[in-house]
Amino acid sequence: MTAPARSAERLKPVSAWRPAILRSAPLRIAVVAICILWSIPTLGLLVTSVRDPAEITTSGWWTALLNPLQYNWTLNNYQTVVASEGFITAFINSLVVTIPATVIPITIAAFAAYAFAWIRFPFRGLLFAIVVGLLVVPLQMSLIPVLRLYADVQLNGTFLGIWLAHTAFGLPLAIFLLYNFISQLPRDLFESAAIDGASHFQVFMRLVLPLSVPAIGAFAIFQFLWVWNDLLVALTFLGTGEEQRVLPSALMVLNGNRGGQWHFLTAGAFVTMVVPLLVFLFLQRAFVRGILAGSVKS
Amino acid sequence: MAIQSRDQAEVSAVRRFAPVLAALVGMAVIAIGVVILADRNAATNLLASIYEALGNTQGAADLERGVGDQLLAKVVLGLVALVVGVGGIWMLYIGVSAVVGLLSPRWQGRILPWVFVIPAIGLLTVYLIYPTIGTIVTSFTVQTNGDPLANYKQLATPQFIGIIGNNLIWLVVATGGSVLLGLLIAGMVDRVRREALAKTFIFLPLAISFIGASVIWRFMYEWNPPGQQQIGLVNAVWTGLGFDPVRWVQDQPANTYALILIFVWLQTGFAMVVLSAAIKGVSVEIIEAARLDGANERQLFLRVIVPIIRGSIITVTTTIAIVVLKVFDIIYVMTGGRYGTDVIANRMFIEFYEFFNDGRAAALASVLFLAVVPIMFVNVRNLRRQGVGS
Repeated sequence: MTAPARSAERLKPVSAWRPAILRSAPLRIAVVAICILWSIPTLGLLVTSVRDPAEITTSGWWTALLNPLQYNWTLNNYQTVVASEGFITAFINSLVVTIPATVIPITIAAFAAYAFAWIRFPFRGLLFAIVVGLLVVPLQMSLIPVLRLYADVQLNGTFLGIWLAHTAFGLPLAIFLLYNFISQLPRDLFESAAIDGASHFQVFMRLVLPLSVPAIGAFAIFQFLWVWNDLLVALTFLGTGEEQRVLPSALMVLNGNRGGQWHFLTAGAFVTMVVPLLVFLFLQRAFVRGILAGSVKS
Repeated sequence: MAIQSRDQAEVSAVRRFAPVLAALVGMAVIAIGVVILADRNAATNLLASIYEALGNTQGAADLERGVGDQLLAKVVLGLVALVVGVGGIWMLYIGVSAVVGLLSPRWQGRILPWVFVIPAIGLLTVYLIYPTIGTIVTSFTVQTNGDPLANYKQLATPQFIGIIGNNLIWLVVATGGSVLLGLLIAGMVDRVRREALAKTFIFLPLAISFIGASVIWRFMYEWNPPGQQQIGLVNAVWTGLGFDPVRWVQDQPANTYALILIFVWLQTGFAMVVLSAAIKGVSVEIIEAARLDGANERQLFLRVIVPIIRGSIITVTTTIAIVVLKVFDIIYVMTGGRYGTDVIANRMFIEFYEFFNDGRAAALASVLFLAVVPIMFVNVRNLRRQGVGS
């Protein structure tokens, strides 16, 4: 992950024998075309969500976009979805599910990652290997036994149940990412702290946590988006009851009940997307860092 | 050595006592929290008792009747969860490590690491390790009518063979499509200005949920009878080219590929970001040398850069392949598995959730698990090679 500046720099001198603009024009046009192509589906959703319901079914959204004055625009679709389709409750539920399900696994994983990285104890290698092995276990393996367990202890349909589930399912990646980061911290740091008589706990609080902020932030974004966008765990442990359902479940119900009513569906879909899109646009760099740390392991 | 004064003795007694207290408080906070939170009506009950305590009996009564500030109740519940989940865990860690700190250094060294890892190991055991074993056992013992392999034998019926075939199509086309497109785009954007902006466009769908993307694309694929105005862009273009409109979601075999396109649209950005970083890691000297040897841009990309970043390509491919195996939302929402689009993960959910065929669902999940076991071993072996935990 060297500086992006290098790529620009390395291209200039060698191929300078052809005019730069001519040489790169087809490439640039292709890149722009791909970018447009990639954005069209989302753009269509956004445009349709603010169109008059009657016009949505009789004219293509692209026609309306190109002749904006000849068509009617409205925010009523959002009003209806939010007011009568339970999207406010679902939005709050999503927040209530997602925030603890992001913060709690980070806390637990940070302690574990520090121990795996810097404290010697029996079975350390074995336990960490198990954590890494669990990284790829399909969630589907957990659903049946955990749901049965929940039935026994009455945790079905509770927020506590889904917090714990998301926490546990997020832990392997959290421990792995934080371990990668924490184990790379310079050894001297820990040695001088030990000489000063600091306990592991003090080292963790005063050195490891503050230094790990980039890794913690990257995982936080990752987990936040994952939990916010999750449908499978939410359907299994919370269900689609109106009081408990989160945004993806609400959108699924809307999709089932009002499949052809695009004014509702597009507005509803955008409501589910707005928070992740904002998180993504503002924290893109940290998000990219998280993805790279999680997947590119030399 | 000076004789310890009484004050100092008291201070040190307090110091010794404080961590024990913190540990106890932490445990109490977690215990009380769990008791409060482990209730389906936790939100309303909690706010109702707060209102009760504040003297707002009307508000409390409203809440218990299911009206009033239901949303506020949930927010309060979320806050309590944060306090319990984060605060409680911190208190517990602080307290227990301080208590351990009172022991002799030898015992400290033995116990402290476990204090740090046991919450994580405990959760992983309950939510991943035990269930994995449980699911495998279930697949051999539930709904088997005495034949332990019954659930697996059912997978040999034409219906399930079709499903597994679909999974293979998904594995090859969805994984291959995302990785190849991601690689191509990564190579292209590396050579234009405003690279970061271009990447954002490709990358953006990654923030969108599978279900959100499904709604987006169901609208793209919307079908109207021939002669009518097409409001789905894909059919508008298609009829514009002179063809009859196609029911992309229903008509076989195009529909599986139409669903795969949704996935590729979502995941290409992931492949692009990782591979783009890998391309930037290729050393300038190697590229210069290839250029001096007369390699054109295409040769440079295919013969020099791609082989060098092979490791990253493999990592991205396995990561996406695992996501493909588990993909459920797109199929569940778009077709529910009808029209010949079913895959294992969707079937597993339907057998489990709609038909209550736990045994068969467990067998399907175990098949998915079996598919990732090799990747699991490779990951762990790589880890060993790096000397972790030695």
